[in-house]
Amino acid sequence: MVAMTVNGKSVSVDADPETPLLYVLRNELELNGAKFGCGLGQCGACTVLVDGKAAISCLLPLAALEGRAITTLEGLGTAEAPGPVQAAFIEEQAAQCGYCIPGMIMRMAGLLAETPEPDDEEIRAALQPNLCRCGTHMRILRAARRAAGRPSEEDNFAFAGSGQNVGGTSS
Amino acid sequence: MKKVLLSIARLAVLVVAAFFAFALSPAEIDAIERPAADSFDADLVAKGRDLAALGNCLTCHQSEGGAPYAGGYGVETPVGTIYGSNITPDPETGIGRWSKAAFVRSMREGLGREGEHLYPAFPYTHFTRVTDGDLEALYAFLMTRQAVAKTVPNPDLPFPMNVRPLLAAWKLLFLDEGAAPSDGLGDELERGRYLVDGLGHCGACHTPRNLFLTEKTDAYLRGGEASGWANPPLAGDIHSPSPWTAVQIATYLDGGFAEAHGVAAGPMAEVAAKLKDAPAADISAMAAYLVSLQTGVAMPSADNSKTATPSERIALGETLYRGACARCHEANGQRGTSAPGSSQGLPLAQSTALHAPDGRNFAQFVLHGVEAPNGEAGWPMPGFADLLTDEQIAAIADYLRHELAQQSVWDDMSERIADIRSQGEVAR
Repeated sequence: MVAMTVNGKSVSVDADPETPLLYVLRNELELNGAKFGCGLGQCGACTVLVDGKAAISCLLPLAALEGRAITTLEGLGTAEAPGPVQAAFIEEQAAQCGYCIPGMIMRMAGLLAETPEPDDEEIRAALQPNLCRCGTHMRILRAARRAAGRPSEEDNFAFAGSGQNVGGTSS
Repeated sequence: MKKVLLSIARLAVLVVAAFFAFALSPAEIDAIERPAADSFDADLVAKGRDLAALGNCLTCHQSEGGAPYAGGYGVETPVGTIYGSNITPDPETGIGRWSKAAFVRSMREGLGREGEHLYPAFPYTHFTRVTDGDLEALYAFLMTRQAVAKTVPNPDLPFPMNVRPLLAAWKLLFLDEGAAPSDGLGDELERGRYLVDGLGHCGACHTPRNLFLTEKTDAYLRGGEASGWANPPLAGDIHSPSPWTAVQIATYLDGGFAEAHGVAAGPMAEVAAKLKDAPAADISAMAAYLVSLQTGVAMPSADNSKTATPSERIALGETLYRGACARCHEANGQRGTSAPGSSQGLPLAQSTALHAPDGRNFAQFVLHGVEAPNGEAGWPMPGFADLLTDEQIAAIADYLRHELAQQSVWDDMSERIADIRSQGEVAR
């Protein structure tokens, strides 16, 4: 039995301690915001906040979670009352298939918790581990910038000196 | 009293420094007009390009996101930060006014064109071994690069290290100029030794240093440390369950990964990323020479009685390992195995990091993961710094040392992990 806090509520989970948090969230707690993408910590679709920091939940076993605080997409707001990051993504229509978006939103929420006014470089660096297969990167970046309190006026998310996309690594 | 002694010591240092500055003040070599790029032979330039890759020049002479060879990367040394210089042919901020003689002297004697002593973070104790022909090719290559106007910061060093003339004394003691004599190793091994000891400057990281930050000649390539990483021994008894073969070393040097041992990470990731542009024959020669230095594997016999760790910590480590690590590091439920050629992680039973005498590199890998080299997409291994606590990572370490390496657990692992966590990720 592992006791932790999920979206502000205390929960006790009785499952195999090796079970990844992602499975606990989806199967035991019926919180389906976090998505299963690769199961190998490579895509970021399963990102949640653990003690306020963005963390991939597919490689985080239940045994590591005693006493820790988890926030999922559901913890940021509802369809009726979306949280600020969710509202920014809706405003910018930053989704195509949408599968990666919960992870992107959580990664962004984690960044804002640590750095309330991130610049473009910091936004790109933070979102870098999360992959999007549809190519919605520019809208995601516009949404991220809006969530950071700096909505883009131009159409382009111009980026001085960098031709790289989210999901690439800077050398 | 202590203050007085310190003052006397400082005064003595200054007197000695003044003496050397006077007695050994090297001459300036006249500035030249920047040679036209087309005055250099194309074959010579191409040879220089290969040599620059073998020498890993860019690692220090390019800053993050900066122009190639324009310098600015800060080399962290135990005494302070020294910045790689601008070696593009820019006349004002680079080496555009340097003659070939000035370039050769800098590599052989650690002197700038104007006669100023250079800090040995620029590894001229190694580069002094490079032949005239190779230095000429390197000069031709550098003088045909894009000139970039960029002034790099001055070294950030405390007194007395910031007194450059003192380096004359250091050189008298520790700089052994010129090529090492041939000792009949045979063509390939001699070529390998020439590259390892000269341009490759492997010893700069893999040989331990003495109090004067000089490589210990009696511990040649027996392992050093850099940026919070342990640089494994390349000579003598190596830390691995099995010896490295020449093919494995070559694959590691220019591909950054040897399936039977591990991945080039930390400071070595950058080295391998540069060596992939080096000629294959030279990589093979270096590998052949390095293999010839191994005398065996240092594997302390299993001493599980020494594991003072409570068994519940090992049990917790196993549970965490199964949930966090096994999916990539195991295949078909078999510990420490992975399917060759698959996207699976390293079989940890063979991991060099897991068989090292201390857990530094293991902690680096788990906390910070493995980044794809040089701008390539992907994230071969995610870092677990924000997922697992120090105690949880230490429990995994105990389990793996006990169960897979079958060696004593590392001492004070939680503290070591906390320490490495507090240092943050090394940029390269």
